[in-house]
Amino acid sequence: MSTRLSTGGRLIDRTKPMSYTFNGKRMKGFAGDTLASALLAGGQMMMGRSFKYHRPRGVVASGAEEPNALVGLGQGAAFEPNQRATTTELFDGLSATSQNHWPSLEFDVGAINNRLARFFPAGFYYKTFMFPRVAWKKLYEPIVRQSAGLGAVPKERDGDTYEHFYGFFDLVVVGGGISGLIAARAAGRAGLRVLLMEQTAHWGGRAPVDAAADGATVNDAPVDKLVEEIVADLATMPNVTTRLRMMAAGVYDHGYVLGYERLTDHAPEAPGPRHRLWRIRAGQIVTATGAIERPLSFAGNDIPGVMLASATRDYIVNYGVSPGDRVVVVTNNDDAYRTAIAVKKAGLDVPIIVDARAAGGGALAQAARDLGIRVENGRAIAKVHGKKQVEGVSICAQAGEGGVLEEIACDAVAMSGGWSPVVHLWSHCGGKLTWDEAQAHFRPDVHNSPKGDAGETFVTPAGAANGAMQLGDVIADAGEMAGRAIAALGGTVRAEPVTASAPDEVPMQPVWLMPQGAGPKLRMKAWLDYQNDVKVSDVQLAAREGYESVEHTKRYTTLGMATDQGKLSNINGLAILSDALGQPIPQTGTTTFRPPYTPISMGAIAGTARGAAFQPLRRTPMHSWHEENNAHWEPVGQWRRPYCYPRTGESHAEAVSREINQTRSSVGLLDASTLGKIIVKGPDAGRFLDMLYTNMMSTLKPGKCRYGLMCSENGFLIDDGVVARLDEETFLCHTTTGGAESIHAHMEEWLQTEWWDWKVYTANVTEQWAQIAVVGPKARAVLQTLSDDDLSAETLPFMAWKEVTLAGIKARVFRISFSGELSFEVAVPAGQGMALWLALLDAGAEHGIMPYGTEALHVMRAEKGFIMIGDETDGTVIPQDLNLHWALSKKKDDYLGKRAQQRSHMADPNRWKLVGLETLDGSVLPDGAYAVAEGVNENGQKRTQGRVTSTYHSPTLNRGIAMGLVLHGPDRMGEVLEFPGTDGTVSKARIVDPVFYDKDGEKQNV
Amino acid sequence: MLILECPYCGVKAEETEFHAGGEAHIKRFGPGSSDADFEGYLFNRENPKGVHFERWRHANGCGKWFHVVRCTMTLEVFGSYSAQVSEPPQEIRDAITAKRPGWCWRDFA
Ligand SMILES: [Zn+2]
Repeated sequence: MSTRLSTGGRLIDRTKPMSYTFNGKRMKGFAGDTLASALLAGGQMMMGRSFKYHRPRGVVASGAEEPNALVGLGQGAAFEPNQRATTTELFDGLSATSQNHWPSLEFDVGAINNRLARFFPAGFYYKTFMFPRVAWKKLYEPIVRQSAGLGAVPKERDGDTYEHFYGFFDLVVVGGGISGLIAARAAGRAGLRVLLMEQTAHWGGRAPVDAAADGATVNDAPVDKLVEEIVADLATMPNVTTRLRMMAAGVYDHGYVLGYERLTDHAPEAPGPRHRLWRIRAGQIVTATGAIERPLSFAGNDIPGVMLASATRDYIVNYGVSPGDRVVVVTNNDDAYRTAIAVKKAGLDVPIIVDARAAGGGALAQAARDLGIRVENGRAIAKVHGKKQVEGVSICAQAGEGGVLEEIACDAVAMSGGWSPVVHLWSHCGGKLTWDEAQAHFRPDVHNSPKGDAGETFVTPAGAANGAMQLGDVIADAGEMAGRAIAALGGTVRAEPVTASAPDEVPMQPVWLMPQGAGPKLRMKAWLDYQNDVKVSDVQLAAREGYESVEHTKRYTTLGMATDQGKLSNINGLAILSDALGQPIPQTGTTTFRPPYTPISMGAIAGTARGAAFQPLRRTPMHSWHEENNAHWEPVGQWRRPYCYPRTGESHAEAVSREINQTRSSVGLLDASTLGKIIVKGPDAGRFLDMLYTNMMSTLKPGKCRYGLMCSENGFLIDDGVVARLDEETFLCHTTTGGAESIHAHMEEWLQTEWWDWKVYTANVTEQWAQIAVVGPKARAVLQTLSDDDLSAETLPFMAWKEVTLAGIKARVFRISFSGELSFEVAVPAGQGMALWLALLDAGAEHGIMPYGTEALHVMRAEKGFIMIGDETDGTVIPQDLNLHWALSKKKDDYLGKRAQQRSHMADPNRWKLVGLETLDGSVLPDGAYAVAEGVNENGQKRTQGRVTSTYHSPTLNRGIAMGLVLHGPDRMGEVLEFPGTDGTVSKARIVDPVFYDKDGEKQNV
Repeated sequence: MLILECPYCGVKAEETEFHAGGEAHIKRFGPGSSDADFEGYLFNRENPKGVHFERWRHANGCGKWFHVVRCTMTLEVFGSYSAQVSEPPQEIRDAITAKRPGWCWRDFA
């Protein structure tokens, strides 16, 4: 059992005890502990259950690469799932819960999946979907649901705050180990603006831990001293910024780096944001990201108590935690001997070091022997015994099939399969890798580096991240590579003689399966990917089933697809796949590394952009009046528009009916300010609009208005609206509310990139004007009381506009109607919108004037059969579908979309066409419902012959009305169609003329 | 996130200041064109591994459209120039040649 040692622990402060809870149980730790080290100190070896088979799992690593020890942290608004215990700093009052089990960690019903493991082979999910439907529903779905997803979803809104920072540096150094510190100091001394970040809470990385085991020194002093000295140096440099608890999440084009700083995770009571996302532009980036140790693949390598050798060493040296009394070390390299030495020095027992190499190790092996540790070369672990805790190991020959030579009792296993440089950041933006045969790992190919905008290299790996694995090499490489980055920035490097003294190591030997000839039974228990439960046998099965590409195998087996993205499993999985395919590892290649390096919080990504600050809110000049008068808001893009103005005791539907009845019988007001307004001006303005609109605009007379349609070059309707000609050279184009910005951009694109020699300019003046529609039979009477100008039908007829003075305000009055009523749209400078609005309310009081909202607007336009962009159109509809042939000019040789509409499919008589739909029982058709036809299609679904595009209750007609697109619709007047709902009911509706109200248009033209 | 230079403002700015507009130097085919020409104009695009000509707009800046030549493989930028030309100016061609001798893209080389 794991426990706290009585002495030691370079990172913990034994004078500061802390208490926390795990699954509700009160436990103790020290300041400086991680949650993982504290749990181990408390004897809690098992920290979770695996994702697929619910196998008991303990912590296997000590850092960001940890796949097993994922917990739910905090409670309520501070709850967060899938947090790595190894990177969670302990604080007083921390509360953690383990994951993937029910009802408890110790007794888990889902563990039945473990015994059914042979039914969950590689590609389980893909294969399952091909099973008969009944098996899926009755058998698989309940099981899959049980195991779907890691962790639990937070139930409350995130209670913390977050922020973004923008940073600009000459050099960003990622990683605060020896290499990063050396690089940062050299750059700082060269006078560059430097940012150095380290993802953990401590400087120095692994070197001090290793030195504690092997006694290595730098410049004849302990490694710790060098770390302290450089950190102190950096603190005196004003041009150097250093940050602990900050990870480089990703490297992107042209030197862009995302930094993820965890400010208060370790101190939740501290004020300020919890996380900070740094958006950094760097001239050069040095990745001193170190290396990650690989597990070995032997049967039972996932049983709690089996750990990476480096993690075992970390827990002892950094936290004073013993992983067990008897620790078996198994390795294919010299580095793991440091762990054996550390274990022994801590007063614990190492019954055996199992070295898979026939020739064994070098100086470190000798040092271990000198401490009295038994070392066996050419040996392997055949199998680990135990269920929830390691109980012993069977030893065999590495070269054989697993014939047991010896049983050894132990309660922990420290394994090392060699080290892989952390190449993620190097790879994010296109850096290529090279296979290092001697060290059996991929490392950066510095000749194929990520390139900046001038074609310059902008990422330089340094130290272990560059494949330099021994202390002397690390220091030399860090200096050399930092020098390159500094030189690229025009800086000069002062030579710094740093000499390391550390034991020499002899070469490692790749071991991808242990023992080499392990049979199927052993391979089925040899885990590659702990988090996604992928075994050696799964990858071999995928290869037998024909998966040759590593990217396909990854998706098929889910190897490396969990939250750890295969930090431990990738190379081992790749090696097994290559072996099964009978080809060398570099030929198989590696999967793509993608940001973020480890998961970052959604809160950090959002920053302060949440709630009201998520996006700007656009308000019309009359917004505050609507608010004060109980408007029910409808979001329309970034605008808020009143949907209706319910009065006390009134439902929304009742309010809409009241607003429509008032408008149709007397007069109503609409705030139409959000309508897009674009000025198009210049000698070629008419010619330009003739290209943009399907109808002729150049012939429009000043003082007149014309409804127009706009199509994309692909022929589909994109916008509509009324164009008013203000003078010979100036047009005012009204667009839909949502189209203002995009149509303005559309105009500019064509003007600038196709007809750049035309003399036209455009301006989007949407927000410069308040626009109010005064609508209804009494509209003229109301306006006339506010104006001495003549507003009669003779001087201001339908589809004309005029400048008049209303309530003392200079206004443009457009005689246009979207409701079918006598209607005046009045535009005044935005600053005078409210004054006019109030004046109109006052002047119309005797007629019972009231505002109406967007829903009344929609119902009234539908009663008139007017189309709405976004309802009747969806990007696949052409004007001809909507019977708008009259708006397609035949006189023009060309307009955007004309050529496209000449294609055969556009002229197909079987395109669905616009009709009105009237339910037989007066009910309202469900929106988007399809009209079914006889027979079924090739998928066994009912054939369709039309769909509903707009549907409302019409208070004017007191029945449901709708518009829809129907096959041969206009030729089928009077036919009844069936519209099955999603609730099993079927609505029946008759095909009718889409104009339900005032078919001859007499009311608007008075 | 790319860094591009707007030839109108002369500023080098973050990609978020710009709006990508697809391939550059596309010739419009309107009414009267053949189906094949029209299809090519509307849908067929280059997909090079290497030198590529693109349209960008300084959307959160001066609002101007311009052309950028860059390498789709290394993300290296060779230059930017006005969108109001029907072929790349000589100094841009020279800049590409300096880095990618023998380059060609559609009819340009
Ligand atoms: Zn610009």
